[in-house]
Amino acid sequence: MTGSATSSTLAILDEDFDAVLNSWLSTQGNEGLTRSDLFSDDEGRAHTAALLKAFAQGVRDGVTGEDFDLKGDAWIDLRSVLSEITRERVRIGVEATDMAAFVQALKSTLFTRLRQRLSDQPEKLIDEVWLITRVVDAFALYTTEIFIAEREQVIDRQRIEMLELSTPVVELWDRVLTLPLIGTLDSVRAQDVMENLLEAIVRERAEMVIVDITGVQTVDTQVAQHLLRTASAVRLMGAECIISGISPKIAQTMVQLGVDVGNVSTRSTIRSAFNEALDRLGYGIVRHSNV
Amino acid sequence: MSDALDGGSIHMVDGVLLVGIHEDVTDTDIMGLQDRLADRVASERAQGVVIDISALEIVDTFVGRVIAQLANIARLLDAQTFLVGMRPAVAMTLVELGMHLPETRTALSLTHAMERLRSNSG
Amino acid sequence: MIREEGKLVERISLRSDRDVARARRVVTQAMDKLGARALGRTRFVTAVSEIARNAVVHGQGGDISVFSHDRSKQVSVICEDGGPGIEDIDTALQDGFTTGRGLGRGLGGAQRLCDVFEIESTPDTGVTIRMAVNI
Repeated sequence: MTGSATSSTLAILDEDFDAVLNSWLSTQGNEGLTRSDLFSDDEGRAHTAALLKAFAQGVRDGVTGEDFDLKGDAWIDLRSVLSEITRERVRIGVEATDMAAFVQALKSTLFTRLRQRLSDQPEKLIDEVWLITRVVDAFALYTTEIFIAEREQVIDRQRIEMLELSTPVVELWDRVLTLPLIGTLDSVRAQDVMENLLEAIVRERAEMVIVDITGVQTVDTQVAQHLLRTASAVRLMGAECIISGISPKIAQTMVQLGVDVGNVSTRSTIRSAFNEALDRLGYGIVRHSNV
Repeated sequence: MSDALDGGSIHMVDGVLLVGIHEDVTDTDIMGLQDRLADRVASERAQGVVIDISALEIVDTFVGRVIAQLANIARLLDAQTFLVGMRPAVAMTLVELGMHLPETRTALSLTHAMERLRSNSG
Repeated sequence: MIREEGKLVERISLRSDRDVARARRVVTQAMDKLGARALGRTRFVTAVSEIARNAVVHGQGGDISVFSHDRSKQVSVICEDGGPGIEDIDTALQDGFTTGRGLGRGLGGAQRLCDVFEIESTPDTGVTIRMAVNI
């Protein structure tokens, strides 16, 4: 019975599974990890139970001598349960540190019991605690890795969604396009925005483009450069660009920054820019007298 | 009358010289095109020149500079000049290289350029 | 960052403007094979064109090797010239810098168009530039 390096842990899990589970759950509770705002106690309990079961399975089959390989077949259940729980919790907004702490909380539960069981075998106690520490730490790291990969995917997806949401190129009139810019303009986004716009010019055979910056909060030197580059690229394509929605504050900043708008047309409102665009294309807006 | 050597082709249509620059043009070829164009603008008294670069996927600073020169030469010889058909990727790359071609007039397509040449001369 | 060893697609000796055109074609094809989009391709091939022309015009010729990194989806080139080198690289990388022969070296522009841009210069061996693009 005392032969294998994890025999005591296995015995504890066999004999006292429910008690270990409850103790792990209450440790999570004490450390503020239950997050009843994000998932129910039942869910938390189901997750913890599934994980503990897979953990017991792994410890039984996956430790040879004092070694284990978390990537090995014996740990396949644990890996899949853990990644499923991690993915689900990323989606509902649990933090990476909470996820790692949740896994780590298993240690104190097991160690208390190991100490009682092996009180007369200090060397065996140290060996087994050391081994379990390594296993649980490896998992905590694994959950963090999954967490980061998952989070990155979420961020990428959101970035693309945001981009599509925030840079619609709209046809205002025959050969007149507008691009209402909203929020901030970093270099990556600025390039996507510009590409979108230039392709729309080709597609719609547009001759006038109004870039409206009413929704842009701040204009620094970089944003101003992006705007001027966009205007320049639009002109190279053979269309004309008007920048509209320049607030008094932004006008002030641009002058203070020494931004030279050169021969780019600017208007304070999209309304006057639209009027200008129609005018240059030979259209006029007329009010019928009989209305 | 028209000619089509390595760098591109030049056709005279209704008093306007249409210049089509070939894909992946070499430096020597485009310089040759510049010579041929200057000669023809003068000898055929062209009123306008339209330079079509829709075949070009790459316009680096050298080719960009030669295109700007083509337009300037034609203008000095009293022909209104338009650059047409620049691809979006080329426009973005040029502005990133700081080449804004401020003195070169541009139009979306050959048709647009011809319309403007007509309305200016009429 | 170049993430893995690349395999050599072609090594082109740079003697004239025809070789520069050849370099553009080889890089274009290598990028197409990895599924590059139009904008990415135009940007990188333009940078390659600038650098290859520099080697011909200022560097007394040289050669350019094109590599495909299939797993990490990158294309890279190494361009070595046989010229006198560049005395002050930082200045040469600034916009608008020219050696006074009417041709800007276009180094700063080329750098902005690449994901990786490394330059080394010694009076003995000339200029070596390594550039790469992520596809």
